[in-house]
Amino acid sequence: MPNVEMTQHLYRFFPQLKNQEVAVPAGSVAEALLAINEIAPGFTDYVLDDKGALRRHVNVSINDKMIIDKVKLSDRIPEEATVYIFQALSGG
Amino acid sequence: MANMILLGTRKGAIIFDRIFNQVNSSWRPRPIAHAGIPVCYAARDPRDGTLWASLDHGHWGPKLSRSRDGGVTWTDISSLKYPEGARYIVKYLPTPDFNPDSPTAVTEYADASVLKIWNIAFGNANQPNKLYAGTVPGGLFVSNDNGDSWELNRPLWNHESRGGDLFAGDATSENQWNGTPASVDYGVFEPGIHSIIVNPTNPDHLYVAVSTAGIIETTDGGQSWKARNKGMLMDYLPNPESEWGHDPHFVSMCAEQPEHLWQQNHCGVFYSDNGAQQWKKVSMPDVGVNFGFPIVADAKDGRTAWVVPARADSERMAIDGSLFVARTTDGGQEWQIFRNGLPQENAYDIVLRHALDASGDYLCFGSTTGNVYFSDDRGETWQCLANHLPPIYSVRFG
Repeated sequence: MPNVEMTQHLYRFFPQLKNQEVAVPAGSVAEALLAINEIAPGFTDYVLDDKGALRRHVNVSINDKMIIDKVKLSDRIPEEATVYIFQALSGG
Repeated sequence: MANMILLGTRKGAIIFDRIFNQVNSSWRPRPIAHAGIPVCYAARDPRDGTLWASLDHGHWGPKLSRSRDGGVTWTDISSLKYPEGARYIVKYLPTPDFNPDSPTAVTEYADASVLKIWNIAFGNANQPNKLYAGTVPGGLFVSNDNGDSWELNRPLWNHESRGGDLFAGDATSENQWNGTPASVDYGVFEPGIHSIIVNPTNPDHLYVAVSTAGIIETTDGGQSWKARNKGMLMDYLPNPESEWGHDPHFVSMCAEQPEHLWQQNHCGVFYSDNGAQQWKKVSMPDVGVNFGFPIVADAKDGRTAWVVPARADSERMAIDGSLFVARTTDGGQEWQIFRNGLPQENAYDIVLRHALDASGDYLCFGSTTGNVYFSDDRGETWQCLANHLPPIYSVRFG
């Protein structure tokens, strides 16, 4: 199953994810985020906006490739991949 | 008298508690809550003591946070969202594909997302679980379950002054929410609701103030809304007396005489003694009362209000490097200036729209330079409660 790594900033709001190996089913990025939301309710509200698109200042990559579909999050995650969730550099 | 002062600051919420000793009392700050996270507004619900903070997460989106144990623990609430299909007109704002060589007259729309939860207001005593939240880009949200769930007030969102019902289709009227925009951090400019006033004697009677439009009133619990800008003067419009296009900075109501309303506007101080049916400009530039952001009405006497003026929109700083508070007790005919206890040289403090409050004889304000001043004699003398705090966005007694 794909693993998920995320910025430690998110552990402040979801301490249950800290020091955990988070694995999600292979599938779309949207499905992966929903799987994390099952473990940490409210998680998607931090990384997605009102319409379910990736927030402007959040990035998601599959291995070292940024996802392409930031609106519907349809990029596919292969079985052995690692998904990274981190804050976008916003300048300053 | 209040026993708590809540500050919303750029680096978190700071609560001052009133500490009693045998002779008098003093104010003591607690360690910062929501450390490192901008808190654009914080207030205590007088009905049940719940504390509320509006968080401006840079990366993770605006959130409300609620404390039911007096600020010991906080829980973030993410349920305030625009519904599917909520749009607004942005035709006067440059879009990424805007071409100045061939400007289009075609109406442009944006899908609404919460950019900032700018203000929180509480229903009156007969509505124990009712809350209101004003947002950028200009949606009023209502909760009937103490913040667990929120609903957009559609009659205001779909108002003819915003182009009509954009859920149903394209605009059917002209967008009027286009005066001076509200600045959110990171350079986003959109209309915003920064003042929500619930009439203490009539829960169906509310006013909201929109940073790019003016004052809007409902008398039927939010089912219909009307502009209340008669008498307002917008110096930068071709027609200063236009119904729309005004820039209120903050509006305050006298709790016991709710027909008395006060408005610190971009273009001066305005007063109404008939429930905003008619406004009157009561600025007095000769003594420095004209431009500024905050204003607060006395709870008992509708003719009394306080402001903390600034120089001008082009020079947003204390006047001549000295800070003062102005008070009127006669509906703005005269203003008294109070400087005792406030810095009188090399002061560049600006007091933002939510950063002045009154409670009985107490007044308190905080500035963008991180200074907090308190008065226990209706603003006549002041003591400094803190320096070196983060820039202060809001000050509310609790």
